[in-house]
Amino acid sequence: MKVLVSVKRVVDYNVKVRVKADNSGVDLTNVKMALNPFCEIAVEEAVRLKEKGVATEIVVVTIGPSTAQEQLRTALALGADRAILVESAEELNSLAVAKLLKAVVDKEQPQLVILGKQAIDSDNNQTGQMLAALSGFAQGTFASKVDVAGDKLNVTREVDGGLQTVALNLPAIVTTDLRLNEPRYASLPNIMKAKKKPLETVTPSALGVSTVSTQQILRVDAPANRSAGIKVKSVAELVEKLKTEAKVI
Amino acid sequence: MAILVIAEHENGAVAPATLNTVDAAAKIGGDIHVLVAGQGVGAAAQAAANIAGVSKVLVADNAAYAHQLPENVAPLVAEIGKAYSHVLAPATSNGKNILPRVAALLDVDQISEIISVESADTFKRPIYAGNAIATVQSSAAVKVITVRATGFDAVAAEGGSAAVEAVAAAHDAGKSAFVGEELAKSDRPELTAAKIVVSGGRGMQNGDNFKHLYALADKLGAGVGASRAAVDAGFVPNDMQVGQTGKIVAPQLYIAVGISGAIQHLAGMKDSKVIVAINKDEEAPIFQVADYGLVADLFEAVPELENLL
Repeated sequence: MKVLVSVKRVVDYNVKVRVKADNSGVDLTNVKMALNPFCEIAVEEAVRLKEKGVATEIVVVTIGPSTAQEQLRTALALGADRAILVESAEELNSLAVAKLLKAVVDKEQPQLVILGKQAIDSDNNQTGQMLAALSGFAQGTFASKVDVAGDKLNVTREVDGGLQTVALNLPAIVTTDLRLNEPRYASLPNIMKAKKKPLETVTPSALGVSTVSTQQILRVDAPANRSAGIKVKSVAELVEKLKTEAKVI
Repeated sequence: MAILVIAEHENGAVAPATLNTVDAAAKIGGDIHVLVAGQGVGAAAQAAANIAGVSKVLVADNAAYAHQLPENVAPLVAEIGKAYSHVLAPATSNGKNILPRVAALLDVDQISEIISVESADTFKRPIYAGNAIATVQSSAAVKVITVRATGFDAVAAEGGSAAVEAVAAAHDAGKSAFVGEELAKSDRPELTAAKIVVSGGRGMQNGDNFKHLYALADKLGAGVGASRAAVDAGFVPNDMQVGQTGKIVAPQLYIAVGISGAIQHLAGMKDSKVIVAINKDEEAPIFQVADYGLVADLFEAVPELENLL
């Protein structure tokens, strides 16, 4: 089967971001960017499906600025076969991204689409579910285990109280949770080979998709700072402070 | 203007996060209706009718809605929801699973995990693992929103007397089926609702050592959580994980034991009222957010703490 994997270029998860002085957003100039961690897991799962002989072709897609090609090349180095960049300079909301992905799904006709469960910049956790709704596919969100069984997909999901397993008709959408797998590192020869793999660039208008949004960010603030705490010297002092000063026990 | 709240429920009871979501709805202002969808949900619907401030409860009782499969529940919510100004659900795993599907069916953007209501169309929500707070304005005809429970107070579960009305609509997409579930069993308070949370990290060294935290938690009537490191190392099951990718908690007291305090962990607990850190590394970032820090070996400090309580 053909597998489509959607990835996103985001700020590296180790970077502590700063809010801009004019409160228009966070400052991303000269900040290290990387593949969103959940998207790495999505690519890894697709590659494992190919290694098992389940997947025949892996197409990786991203929506973003031209620099997002770097993240597509990373995915190609990890084992994807070819890449599609939907080039858009502006920051798009999840619904617009889902509509663009729907257009790509219509064109590519994959049996399985794998996305990360959320991007660590917007923390939305929406795109996979929205794509499933738009394409009419079943969805297996927050997946920690994926099994292809004939024309069905068994997905074990991480839910609040534990784990839940659902069976989905194919084609289907899966969004990855952290424990689905441990992504591999790209080897140097594979990074070199990835440079020769095909990478196609399209625009939202070529896909016939409007990216207008029903929401806008008015401002971005730094979170309230916690007042500086104190270090206690002993457990007895800690208990005393919690009882008399903080009054929480 | 009326607001539809999607109830989170199980075993005939309404989950606490629903009460916080009703509080968010009350802050927006307008009639509050609650939708209870599922199979055999009569008792849960009655419980929803008793919630203070709720004026109507809609009940969709159908086998298709058992286990909250989003392929079936989302079309139901979208069909009912288009008559409302706002559709709200708690940001639980169910809410996060279903609501974006509803938003896409209604062709509107969704606002995830709001922590405050500024006005009927403007909300605040954390981004970048809680390192920035965005103020978002929506012009959507139906505002589809998930609510972070810890950002709002719980309304009273009793005192209301809403009318209960059955909804006939049955949507069965026939695309998915429930196979089974494996729920972690615990007698301790639910993590997201606990007043006190005791969490362990990689410093616990192994799963067996969590018994020290369980003993301490039982003394305090606390829930027990964990960092991602402790979960990945297999010390405890993953539904105990507190953080950006796990559960978000904001208890009165959060005790972090053997947790360094990575950005992604802080995203799940830094709104706690009082934070205590016990760590032997005095440079650990957790001390920057802790109200009370104790630099000590946790294997000595935790049993001593338990004895003193």
